[in-house]
Amino acid sequence: MSDLVSQNLNMIFKTPKGETVHALKDLNFTLKKGELLTVLGPSGCGKTTLLNITAGFIKPTSGNITLNNKEIDGPGVERGMVFQQGALFEWLTVAENVNFGLRMKNEDPIKTQKKVDEWLEIVGLKGFGNTPTYQLSGGMQQRVALARCLINDPDLILMDEPLGALDALTREKMQSLVLKIWKETGKTIILITHSVEEALLLGERLYVMAPRPGRIHKEYNLPFASMGLKEDLREIKKNKEFSEKREEILEMIWNMEEEIMGKDN
Amino acid sequence: MLTQIVTFLIFFAVIGCILYGRRLIRTEKVDAVFGNPERARGGTHWVIVGSSFLLLIWLYYSWDIAKGFYPKSANELCQVAKVNDSLLGLKYQFPIEEREFKSTSQIKKENKNLQQILEEIQGSNELNAQQKTDLSNFIGKTNQLIPLLTNEDLLEIETKQKINDITGKINLLTENFQKPNYPFETEQEYNERKKAVDEEGGWGIVKVSAGTGSIENTIEVPLIPATKRGLKFDAAAQELNLISDEFFKLRNHNPQFKLKIKELKNEIKSYRKELDSEDLASTYAKNIVKIARRIEFASIYPPNALDKMQDAIIKFDNAQKVAQGGLRLIDIFLFPAGTIVASGPSCSEQGSGRWLPKPSDTFNKFALMLKPSVGYKDIPLLWIDMVDVSKMIGFILPDWIADILPGEYPVHTKDGIVKQNFKGYVLKIVTGDFELFKVPVPYGHIWDSFMRVFLGLVFGIIIGVPLGLFMGLNRFAKGFFDPLIELYRPVPPLAWAPLIISVLGIDNTGKVFLLFMVSLSIMIISARAGASGTQLSKIHAAHSLGASKKQILRYVIFPNSLPEILTGIRVAVGMCWGTLVAAEFLAGTTGIGFVENVAKKYFQYEVIWITIFIMGMLGLLFDVTLRKIIDKTIPWRGKG
Ligand SMILES: Nc1ncnc2c1ncn2[C@@H]1O[C@H](COP(=O)(O)OP(=O)(O)OP(=O)(O)O)[C@@H](O)[C@H]1O
Ligand SMILES: [Mg+2]
Repeated sequence: MSDLVSQNLNMIFKTPKGETVHALKDLNFTLKKGELLTVLGPSGCGKTTLLNITAGFIKPTSGNITLNNKEIDGPGVERGMVFQQGALFEWLTVAENVNFGLRMKNEDPIKTQKKVDEWLEIVGLKGFGNTPTYQLSGGMQQRVALARCLINDPDLILMDEPLGALDALTREKMQSLVLKIWKETGKTIILITHSVEEALLLGERLYVMAPRPGRIHKEYNLPFASMGLKEDLREIKKNKEFSEKREEILEMIWNMEEEIMGKDN
Repeated sequence: MLTQIVTFLIFFAVIGCILYGRRLIRTEKVDAVFGNPERARGGTHWVIVGSSFLLLIWLYYSWDIAKGFYPKSANELCQVAKVNDSLLGLKYQFPIEEREFKSTSQIKKENKNLQQILEEIQGSNELNAQQKTDLSNFIGKTNQLIPLLTNEDLLEIETKQKINDITGKINLLTENFQKPNYPFETEQEYNERKKAVDEEGGWGIVKVSAGTGSIENTIEVPLIPATKRGLKFDAAAQELNLISDEFFKLRNHNPQFKLKIKELKNEIKSYRKELDSEDLASTYAKNIVKIARRIEFASIYPPNALDKMQDAIIKFDNAQKVAQGGLRLIDIFLFPAGTIVASGPSCSEQGSGRWLPKPSDTFNKFALMLKPSVGYKDIPLLWIDMVDVSKMIGFILPDWIADILPGEYPVHTKDGIVKQNFKGYVLKIVTGDFELFKVPVPYGHIWDSFMRVFLGLVFGIIIGVPLGLFMGLNRFAKGFFDPLIELYRPVPPLAWAPLIISVLGIDNTGKVFLLFMVSLSIMIISARAGASGTQLSKIHAAHSLGASKKQILRYVIFPNSLPEILTGIRVAVGMCWGTLVAAEFLAGTTGIGFVENVAKKYFQYEVIWITIFIMGMLGLLFDVTLRKIIDKTIPWRGKG
């Protein structure tokens, strides 16, 4: 069983002022190997917190979360992370960024080089190996981040708004890339996004989260991701079922946001 | 010669660069310039304009333009100054540059003095009536002396004759002065003068080949007239001196005056004899007699008696002004401070303008100092010495290595022979007592200053950077070391200097340690800021890519802090450089700051300017090198 299982996961933050924030409350879910989960939700509902716990950067207040029956305790190579802004090491070239993980494991440089070339080709950055990363565009940087994560061959890929900072066109290309990689590698993926369309297009499963306290509000099983492997993404968007779902979720999030605003004022 | 060429080059460079710059400006629209990173690029031509202006101003105010184009002018102006000086006393007698005759103003002044004393006596409570009348009587008599001098009828024939004599001499001088071959120098006199001129040398520092080394102040404006025109003025000045001596020896004392003043003096003398010398009346009487004496020796003449002489002096003055010719223009336009003529017959440059030495002098002196045989205080500025490698080995290896070896050092035997053993050989090696091969090693003032900054900086970096990174990452380290550093850092480094120098000595150790202190705190702070400024997402990314804590420190936090560290080094270099010079001022026997401090003591302004120049150049060199290194090593800075 190579699943990600979360049981009664709770996360309570204490601010230096002494206030407590219930970021996650009683989270229970199971993610099977090879599933692609997208997570939607209004700002501050605990999406990043969930991902950080899964990555092992922070420890939950209570409850536990296991991957392949092993309790998550600290960061590990089997869980790769892609950040919103890439978080690339700008003092390294593209190739050095991509093989960072392998270098940390002291792998044979010749083998590493071959792998790097392969991955650069997959993400469409062939020939950019020696380019310094600060010379890349935002989309290219996200591709490097993706390659850097995937070269380590993780069981689970965590993406926190990886396409959030990109323009519409680049974003669409990257969505196709994510789908392509998902299909070719069969990895388990959790992808957080603010875009309802993106969540619908990419997610095999979709969680809509609600804030205060952060919890899973609604769960969907969607067909669009598997459609997207064959069809053009733009065609799917014209699909009637797609637009119905989109409206429904938008309405849901809109209501939540309004509630928060009402509470705040 | 060189100054002339330089001046012309500068002139054309300035004009050319301004024209070129104007053309560039016209091609760029003003609105397009702001926000365009290219706008700050280039501009070399403006650099030329700016620095040329600076040099031109220097050349001008330090008289170097005058020296370049009219090298004899200073010497000639010196002779003019002599004439002015000789003429001064005579001119003051007449309303030539003054408002009234010297006699008139003298009479006015003494009358006023007498009036003042009279009022004081009259109003005094300590003097009795009798004393008051006596003293008033003296005052009246003193007053009576003046008309005896100013009465034309009383002027003696003999005095008149003498005045005429003097007037004649002045007129003759004027006449001769206007002749082209005045002062009628003979062949022999000419040769002697030329020899003296050659011995005295030219204006400013022209001879770069100094013999034995030390750089001393030289007479800058030669005194002996080198040109015909100069000689003319020199000779006239000498004649005028004789004439004015003669005039001031002359006294307008007719028999009546002599009689009256003798009477007055005797009266006052006997009056004072009867009084206590402490008595107020006695003091007043003494003051009155003083005024009488002043009247006696002031050259007071009847109003019209000196008219002819006045004319003669004015004539000569005009003649000498005409003879100055272009020299006057040079004096006005090329000697903005006008110090040579103003300094009088001593013709020195030591005056208010002296702090700004001529660029040519400065460069000549610099060329002289650069010679390793000259240097400053017997140490060259920068030179190379051949040093045996063994000396360095001996310096690096500690001597105790030999001590801890088993066995004893060799002892001399009965017949006075010393037999070496292994321990003895090792001692020779660790003390550098052997010969290998020689390598060139730089030394000198510049090298010493450079090495001190370099070593202070290197130690600061070696200790400061790891400590700073550690403090940026670790709460304990920050809490423990922060107070230690914050305790010494706010104190100006120089405030530590006297203490450190007395503990560690005035030589290199103390200074290097001081600079180490300066650079250490800067390096710690910048490394700490770099480390604690690393984005969490980068550390997280590295973590989930499988990097260990050590690897994150080595491959993420350190390179991420590099921009801050390098900027810190740049700041530290500036601070160290400033502190070093001041520290060398305080104590030491080598270094640029030391040179400047000694030069200051002896008013060697050229040397002071040279040291300023060297320090500027070295500082610039440091900064440009570091900027290059920064651009090379962290091209991503500000772009991440
Ligand atoms: N380190 C922390 N200390 C205190 N409170 C925190 C901390 N991190 C997150 N929170 C709080 O937890 C809640 C959830 O934060 P989280 O970052 O997971 O939201 P999010 O869903 O990712 O929001 P967004 O969509 O804006 O990224 C927020 O209310 C936030 O203020
Ligand atoms: Mg978030």
